[in-house]
Amino acid sequence: MLLAIVIWGVTGVVTAGFATKRWWFPAPINTHAAAFDSYFSANLIFSGIVFLAAQLALGWLIWRHRNRGQQAVHSDGNNRMELLWTSLTAILFLGAAIGSARMWSDVHLSTFSTTPMRIEASGKQFAWNFRYPGADGKFGKTDARLANDAAGNPAGILPDDPAGKDDIVNAALRIPAGRPVQLILRSNDVLHNFFVRELRVKQDLVPGLDIPLHILADKPGEYEIACSELCGLGHHQMRSVMIVLPQPDFDSWLGKQAAK
Amino acid sequence: MNFLGRYIFSTDHKIIGLQYFILALIAAFTGMALSVAMRFHLSYPEAKVKLFEILWPNGAPGGVMTPELYLALMTMHGTIMVFFLLTTVPQGGFGNYFLPLQIGAHDMAFPRLNMLSFWTTALSFLVLCSAFVVEGGAPISGWTAYPPLSAVGPVAGPGLGQGMTIWVVSIALFSAGSLMGAINFITTTLELRAKGMSLLRMPLTCWGWFSTAIISLFAFAVLIAAGVLLLMDRELGTSFFLPAGLVINDKPIGRAGGSPLLWQHLFWFFGHPEVYIAILPGMGIISTVLATFSRKPVFGYKAMVAALLFIGFFGFLVWGHHMFISGMNPYSSIAFSVLTLIIGVPSAIKTFNWLGTIWGGSLHLTTAMLWALGFVSVFVTGGLTGIWLGQPALDLYFHDTYLVVGHFHMIMGVAAVFAMFAGTYYWWPRMTGRMLGETTGKVHFYCTFIGVYMIFIPMHFAGIAGNPRRYSDFSQFEFLRDLKMLHLGMTHAAFFTAAVQFLFLFNLLWSLRSRAKAPANPWRATTLEWATPSDEPPVVYRGAYEFSTPGARRDFRMQNEEEDTGT
Repeated sequence: MLLAIVIWGVTGVVTAGFATKRWWFPAPINTHAAAFDSYFSANLIFSGIVFLAAQLALGWLIWRHRNRGQQAVHSDGNNRMELLWTSLTAILFLGAAIGSARMWSDVHLSTFSTTPMRIEASGKQFAWNFRYPGADGKFGKTDARLANDAAGNPAGILPDDPAGKDDIVNAALRIPAGRPVQLILRSNDVLHNFFVRELRVKQDLVPGLDIPLHILADKPGEYEIACSELCGLGHHQMRSVMIVLPQPDFDSWLGKQAAK
Repeated sequence: MNFLGRYIFSTDHKIIGLQYFILALIAAFTGMALSVAMRFHLSYPEAKVKLFEILWPNGAPGGVMTPELYLALMTMHGTIMVFFLLTTVPQGGFGNYFLPLQIGAHDMAFPRLNMLSFWTTALSFLVLCSAFVVEGGAPISGWTAYPPLSAVGPVAGPGLGQGMTIWVVSIALFSAGSLMGAINFITTTLELRAKGMSLLRMPLTCWGWFSTAIISLFAFAVLIAAGVLLLMDRELGTSFFLPAGLVINDKPIGRAGGSPLLWQHLFWFFGHPEVYIAILPGMGIISTVLATFSRKPVFGYKAMVAALLFIGFFGFLVWGHHMFISGMNPYSSIAFSVLTLIIGVPSAIKTFNWLGTIWGGSLHLTTAMLWALGFVSVFVTGGLTGIWLGQPALDLYFHDTYLVVGHFHMIMGVAAVFAMFAGTYYWWPRMTGRMLGETTGKVHFYCTFIGVYMIFIPMHFAGIAGNPRRYSDFSQFEFLRDLKMLHLGMTHAAFFTAAVQFLFLFNLLWSLRSRAKAPANPWRATTLEWATPSDEPPVVYRGAYEFSTPGARRDFRMQNEEEDTGT
């Protein structure tokens, strides 16, 4: 009896915790993030109903059938019930898999209608660098052995590559609002992960691979970038910011950088 | 036989089972102590703790934990708990003790191999713990040991030199021990069943151990191979996991041709089935305990067996859901997602059947039964969030957040541990001849049940707020500062829950002092381990869960009872 009450109590507290949303997502800053939030809400409601139904039923069965000297019903199963709940869960679970495939495809398997701006995002223990190709639109070749923060070449751009002369490297990621951006994620030491909560997207940086990630932010502001793949003792401080600027502000910032 | 032969280098499956149990008990309390230290550091990062300084003079100078010590504790906590608790008690402990008894065999098929497999496991644990005392300390790469971090030596960080090598050797030894055990379990189940014990008359625990052994055979074979490759990358200059152009901490590594993703594929090809290795024997225990204390047969026995086998097979096809954001081909994520949600179906079937088992029963709420019912609750709670994480679109946000930590602790940690507690309270009379204290047991249960919800549910909220896991400090990010109170609550819940585990230890030790012998079949159970010991091999006449059969003399019929004699 006590157990039934404890299970119901815990169920109530857990449900209330999720319902109050005291600790929750930050506000979305693009259509993907908004779509993510509503898709997650649907999941939350669905699993919330199952959670409540299962826990309440468990508590009720404990309450109802606690031993008061009664004889147990003899039953060793029911094939129709098995068939019913097997097909029901199969449909629901497969529905979830298929339902979310679309959103995944939008992030990873589709292209923008306009040409995205390309920015190279590279991580190393325990800092971020963001490289813009400059006026020529081309990134200079790099060699990680040449990377040297003190010498002003954190990306390790080859000095004799003309394409690299006008490359701009910055510790923060500045992007124009409303414009598609293709990040090229690179690392030359260990795994890292690019995660901006407001974009509802994360992607590992893998040495040996250049991984493209399409992002688009509509709402100007400053958002934290948190490394989300264990990269060593300073993992917890591998922070940068993504600064979303209105297009004119972005253009003037880029102009100033190029003039440097 | 002298003491050494009887209790240390014993070939008796019962002694070996107890040895595994004791090893895991030591490991569990060690792993728990590490988690308490980690939680303490997360909430009180500046506090000076004399004990930390005594234990780790280099990792906690002045008593303040360094980030590398935090990550070392985290790695060791995960490794100890996954291998030496979750893999060791259900299979090595209970399996060795009870598989032969339940199928009516004299012992395991290969008693000497059984002894070797235990001592390999014990050696593996000692090797692992030695990582704490070598130069640089224990590894900081997490229990998943992703390269390049784990493959290039101390240049990538503290603990990644000798400590990391020791970790790999320990895991390879553990895999070898598990492989020996797996061969033994499979052979015993197939060859040594008593007369009349057809496969479909076996208790579901035996099905759990049998399918776990098959999974172990394939999973640990891959892990041991992966471990050898990692060791070669570390020590012999090969490049299985290291691509060209690596420069770590300004030092060129000078390898070429390997892929960090290869390790992830190999590791999770082991790592996901490992989840089922931890839980399948527990599912068997839960089915047995629920049936016995409901005085009802297991609802849908055949569906339960089918679900186990289905999980065992599909468990090998879902490893990619750990890698949605790894840089793996995004098309494969969709395939892995579909397979992952399909494997949720047999788990749901089992839950429905557990509810079906207690429905219409006459529930005796003993401590063992409380743990079993608590298991159903946490299994549902932990399982539902698996549906979120199995969808790559949602994993895009939740991957490597505290939501994942909350999820896997609930489903793999807490659920499996609840099954172990259920098994311990249920079988302790058979293992020691003594009953455990029911009152202490119930207090232990209720405190733990509420405690785990207080620890792990708030982790889900932290994950929804985007809190990355494996951070030794939350002060560097603005958005994490808002979660301080949430973490403080988890920390104190963890202190509370860890403290009440000493009730369990006390209960075990106290029972051994008791003079009252347990009755031969205290729970009026049906399976052979409760039958009166006899030199004659038993003969089995019926299935494993004949409770409350209409017309029967009493409300249970043991598997070796020939017929109702009316006596």
